[in-house]
Amino acid sequence: MNASDPAQTSTASPAGRQAATLELRDVVKLYPGQEEPAVDHLSLEVPAGEICVLVGPSGCGKTTAMRMVNRMVEITDGDILVGGQSVTDRTPYELRREIGYVIQQVGLFPHLTIADNIATVPKLLGWDRDRIAARVEELLQLVQLDPEQTRDRYPAQLSGGQRQRIGVARALATDPPLMLMDEPFGAIDPINRERLQNEFLRLQVELRKTIVFVTHDIDEAIKMGDRIAILKQGGRLAQYAEPAELLMNPADEFVKDFVGNDRALKRLALQRVRDIDLWQAPMVRKGETTASVRQKLEKADVKIPLLVDEDGCPIGWLSDRAYAGEEVKADLRSRAEPTVEMDDILRDALADLLGSELQYGVVVDEQGRATGVLSIELVGQGVHGVAPARTGADALAT
Amino acid sequence: MAENGFCPEWIVQNWDRYVDPFFQHVLLTVVSVVIGFAIAAVMAVVAHRRRRLNGPLVGLTEVLYTIPSPAAFLLLLPFTGFGTVSALIALTAYSLNAMLRSMVTGLAGVPEDIKDSARGMGLTERQLLWKVELPLALPEIFAGLRIASVTTVGLATLAFLAGAGGLGESIESQISFKSNVVVAGGLCVLLAVALDSLIRTLQKASTPWTRARLT
Ligand SMILES: Nc1ncnc2c1ncn2[C@@H]1O[C@H](COP(=O)(O)OP(=O)(O)OP(=O)(O)O)[C@@H](O)[C@H]1O
Ligand SMILES: [Mg+2]
Repeated sequence: MNASDPAQTSTASPAGRQAATLELRDVVKLYPGQEEPAVDHLSLEVPAGEICVLVGPSGCGKTTAMRMVNRMVEITDGDILVGGQSVTDRTPYELRREIGYVIQQVGLFPHLTIADNIATVPKLLGWDRDRIAARVEELLQLVQLDPEQTRDRYPAQLSGGQRQRIGVARALATDPPLMLMDEPFGAIDPINRERLQNEFLRLQVELRKTIVFVTHDIDEAIKMGDRIAILKQGGRLAQYAEPAELLMNPADEFVKDFVGNDRALKRLALQRVRDIDLWQAPMVRKGETTASVRQKLEKADVKIPLLVDEDGCPIGWLSDRAYAGEEVKADLRSRAEPTVEMDDILRDALADLLGSELQYGVVVDEQGRATGVLSIELVGQGVHGVAPARTGADALAT
Repeated sequence: MAENGFCPEWIVQNWDRYVDPFFQHVLLTVVSVVIGFAIAAVMAVVAHRRRRLNGPLVGLTEVLYTIPSPAAFLLLLPFTGFGTVSALIALTAYSLNAMLRSMVTGLAGVPEDIKDSARGMGLTERQLLWKVELPLALPEIFAGLRIASVTTVGLATLAFLAGAGGLGESIESQISFKSNVVVAGGLCVLLAVALDSLIRTLQKASTPWTRARLT
């Protein structure tokens, strides 16, 4: 996850365009007629293929900082490099055609069909018809819309969430090495926003674009960002760090306040069950000898045997009576509920555990087989212990 | 002839005398609206690019619009003489206001976020105008065109004052004869309605997206 990692800098998206590094060097923006700069000596480096979230209170200069990258706002002082080249070396039109651009209101063209909307930049670049048609098809599938049904519609005939997907597809049309997204999910209701965020992170696993993502929502920043830049009023950088670092070591009072008092709880969203060193319970099958159960009990972390079926799927926790005789009987003290999945974030897993009697959750793999046990104690250790290995899109990659 | 001066038989017999004036009327209307449209379009684009010129340009067409029409025809006579040219100039000048206003309103009404996303994707200002702003202003532009056409049909009835003929001359020639007034006046109304529905059809064909709804 850093610039020196060769696997990162050479990551190419499926279509072959490499993601670009982005560097802001002491960038200043002073709007004409204003006394204070909107962005003040901002320096950031975003490694290729990572999502950098700009977050901060309203009016702190997030949008301004983002828009200087594609010269929608002219830089007053300092420089911005995309893939090592200064943006001021290019004409704004050429530069913008190489940078994906998504805004909160989406800004689809109401008089063009969805296909023509997506084809905007390819047409500007003079692609031929067949290539455009093929690309439109591919992009619609990528954002999980049915090409047949969607292609010839007008934007007014889509829901807000669908329009947002088209906005993303349109920005991806020429497979740009860099994307700018200004509160792209800000106008979407919370349930659909979460879905779009997850979908986008999954896409990003494949695409590996360098992305500047603006939001004022710290939870969204933590979820989406490989790195987060927190800006203060006047466009000054308060802290630039990975989400876990930000939550564990806020640089100052401002960051502490902005992140909120529930920093520990927020860290739960950064880790997944698979990141935790799980406990092992003695797994026993019906008809197993009691001697073997006692032997397993001695080595196990959890001192209650877990009954599993032939496939290894959990059935329930055994009562003491179940292994009092010669062979194990299916006498349960409780069913194996809840079960927790390896990909669940700790926040969701904890919510499940708190609702259960034993406060143990059986962790299952994709096939539903028991692989370990998660306890509230383990969640607690996870939060206080080591920094999570993976965040953002990486966490969904596995 | 009926008591009230309205006589269907007379109309049938004298139909021929209306053919030429009618086509003169069509010519006067269509030519002046087309020229007016072109001039208004240029003015609108200039006003759109240079916001400071917006007020003066719209103001100019307003002044032209407020000159009483008979006066306009007569004022032009010393310069362009008696005939069609004078009439066309006056009618064109009158048509400008409605069309320029609608074009300016239409262009100004294009939502900022749409323009922002267009610029952000790398459209030049010219591409923005042709591919985004003008198409989106079409409903307003067509509305102005319809008003201008219908108004011009009416104003062209005074073109005979400049010696350009038209249905106004037919009305004027026998103004107390009801059959005549009904036929000539009726043709004017018919022309206005025909032009209006023609433009409406064009509008429908060129702006299918305005009827798109979430299904
Ligand atoms: N075109 C402009 N001219 C003058 N001042 C501007 C302009 N655009 C933004 N500003 C000012 O610059 C500052 C930063 O604005 P910016 O839009 O970048 O903030 P933001 O962090 O994106 O805010 P929000 O979360 O509300 O979108 C604000 O004080 C704003 O009023
Ligand atoms: Mg903003």
